[in-house]
Amino acid sequence: MALLQLEHLKKYYATQKAVDDISFSIDKGSIFGLLGPNGAGKTTLLRMITGIFYPDEGNIIFDGKTFDPLNDIIKIGYMPEERGLYKKMKIGDQALYLAQLKGLSKNEAMEKIKFWFKRLEMESWWTKKVEDLSKGMSQKLQFVITVLHEPKLIILDEPFSGLDPLNANLIKDEIYGLAQRGCTIIFSTHRMEQVEEICDHIVLVNLGRKVLDGTVQQIKQDFKENKFSVQLSGIPGIIASTAFDVIDTKANKLTVKIKDGFKSNDVLQHFIQAGVNIEAFSEILPSLNDIFINLVEDTNAKTRSFQKVE
Amino acid sequence: MNKIALVARREFLTRVQKKTFLLTTIGLPLIIFGFYAMIIYFSVSAGTTTKIAVTDQANIFNGKIEGKSDISFDFLKNETKASLGTKVEKGEYDSYIFIPAGTDILHTDNIEIVSGKKVGLITRDQIQGIISDQLRESRMLAFNIPKAQLDSAQAGSKLNFTMLNGSNDSDVKAEASMITGYISGFLIYIILFIYGAMVMRGVMEEKVSRIAEVIISSVKPFQLMMGKIFGIGAVGLVQFIIWIVLVFGLQILVGLLFPDILHQMQGQPVQPAGMQAAEAIKNASETPGLMQGLSQINFPMLIGCFVFYFLGGYLLYSSLFAAVGSAVNEDPQDAQSLMLPITMPIIFGIVIMTKAVNDPSSSLAVFGSLFPLTSPIVMMARIAHGVPDPVPYWQLALSMILLIFGFIGTTWVAAKIYRTGILMYGKKVTWKEMWKWAFRKS
Repeated sequence: MALLQLEHLKKYYATQKAVDDISFSIDKGSIFGLLGPNGAGKTTLLRMITGIFYPDEGNIIFDGKTFDPLNDIIKIGYMPEERGLYKKMKIGDQALYLAQLKGLSKNEAMEKIKFWFKRLEMESWWTKKVEDLSKGMSQKLQFVITVLHEPKLIILDEPFSGLDPLNANLIKDEIYGLAQRGCTIIFSTHRMEQVEEICDHIVLVNLGRKVLDGTVQQIKQDFKENKFSVQLSGIPGIIASTAFDVIDTKANKLTVKIKDGFKSNDVLQHFIQAGVNIEAFSEILPSLNDIFINLVEDTNAKTRSFQKVE
Repeated sequence: MNKIALVARREFLTRVQKKTFLLTTIGLPLIIFGFYAMIIYFSVSAGTTTKIAVTDQANIFNGKIEGKSDISFDFLKNETKASLGTKVEKGEYDSYIFIPAGTDILHTDNIEIVSGKKVGLITRDQIQGIISDQLRESRMLAFNIPKAQLDSAQAGSKLNFTMLNGSNDSDVKAEASMITGYISGFLIYIILFIYGAMVMRGVMEEKVSRIAEVIISSVKPFQLMMGKIFGIGAVGLVQFIIWIVLVFGLQILVGLLFPDILHQMQGQPVQPAGMQAAEAIKNASETPGLMQGLSQINFPMLIGCFVFYFLGGYLLYSSLFAAVGSAVNEDPQDAQSLMLPITMPIIFGIVIMTKAVNDPSSSLAVFGSLFPLTSPIVMMARIAHGVPDPVPYWQLALSMILLIFGFIGTTWVAAKIYRTGILMYGKKVTWKEMWKWAFRKS
């Protein structure tokens, strides 16, 4: 069942179509990746989902009903890309204040903050100020503040930037945990390897439009180029086959591309007949990184210029 | 809890808990008070008297010149210019006047005063005044005009201003009203600037530290802005109450400890009007004139109106300051140029106010006291002169209604600028753009 459904969302600025007719839906409990190059319209899209902006056109269905920013805000946790906290305010007070702003009562907020601070070993921070924290520490704090009311929808914009691998793993585990407990997570980033690792479902936006929508496996299948890696005991001098082309040779490892109308078995058969021992055989799926670059490179996304919106 | 209240509570508590708040709130009255103590001290103990020796061989002064507290005249007989000179040199006297025998009183237009050191301008003026008064009197007497006649001819006449409707319009009242008007007008002016700027800095801090976006995802921009305005307004109110209590408390304390000092202060022309007005309330028996004037000012009405115009003016301007703060990026210099259109009407208000305290019924004063951008300052100056005269009830009511509409209007406009500006980064914003944000259809 979809927790969030976007229907033909549009948001035009004076000089740009920031979001131009985007629709997709996000399943409950899934980890969703929102990808796109800089300036693709991700932040605008997220701001509409968090109720900061109103869409010019289109509908947002949240939890089965039309999205009502005033009342649904408590069900959403948003960690913007530009992090910010009051520098001079004590960390405990700050967390309490922000949790109360979300709509928690004081006791409830206190209980949850204590739980999370203990969990991430941040108890000693309570009376410190944000200006005393390192970048990674304040990142962790920001994460806790975003998720501590266990909202149904958690939106994280580049959650791992500035974190060391240890802390990044810690946060990653928390994200998995939250998803298992039924939270839905929207995850916006440029880091493709993280997306591949974490996300169930991705959408790629570019120039304000949706370019790609599907599960990570599905997309990889869609973009595969019938490439296989073959490891042989010895490389025969001449490899000539009507079924495939060799694109790359490394030691005793070949990369082959199967021609249209042929199957992987044809490759195996070729080597078996040639009497060469096959040690390993696997399909090479394109990385999301390659797919991303392929899709975005041809457009003028790198230098998206300001144009008049008619 | 209501979200505006939550934001306001934080704004209030973080400011009140700061050390600087305690310092300015308690320190400022102490500094002001120390300043007064110094003035009093110097004016009481500035006891260098100028002693002048006079040898009047022609007897034109009849052997006597009335001195003043810090100028005294001693008449010495049988002295010569030279012997007087040595007396001055020895330091027994500061100056001497020698009038040779046979000087005709009616034809003396030059009296020489010889001093060892240079004489200060003020002392010079005073000596000049004393001598010429004395000379005039002596000349009159030389015309055989008796002293009694002379006195009655010179007696000042006092003009009593009254109104057609029979009410009093005495000088003391006008003076007391003017002073009270000035003080209340200036207080409002200072409040608008101090707390307006505080709101602006608070908004800028939230924008620059990027916490605005985190908060805006939990509360509406309008709630954030109003919470900030209310919170800082409460800080201002608390600060003012503490100041008033402290100033009055200290004054009463000093009055009890040194009853003479306040009496001394009455005579000091340099002392600011505020103290005069405040202490006159206490020293009723000692200063019947000013007290009488002050007693004719309707203080409950004045204080009530002060609170109203304080809040109204603050709400009206602070939302504009918040809008400017939201439009500014990291560079504080941008704030300067964007603030100009806001500070202009406040300064106009002060200019009109200085006119209004003198002439509370002029058309400029009436306009200034109705126009919401200037009314908090100007109306206070007029109210001090009295309600319903010269400020009719309908004008007061209209002014208050206009102010309420004014602050609803500015808040509405400011909220629209604020919600766009607070999330806008990296772009220098002009007034033209802010105008567009405010009036486009959302």
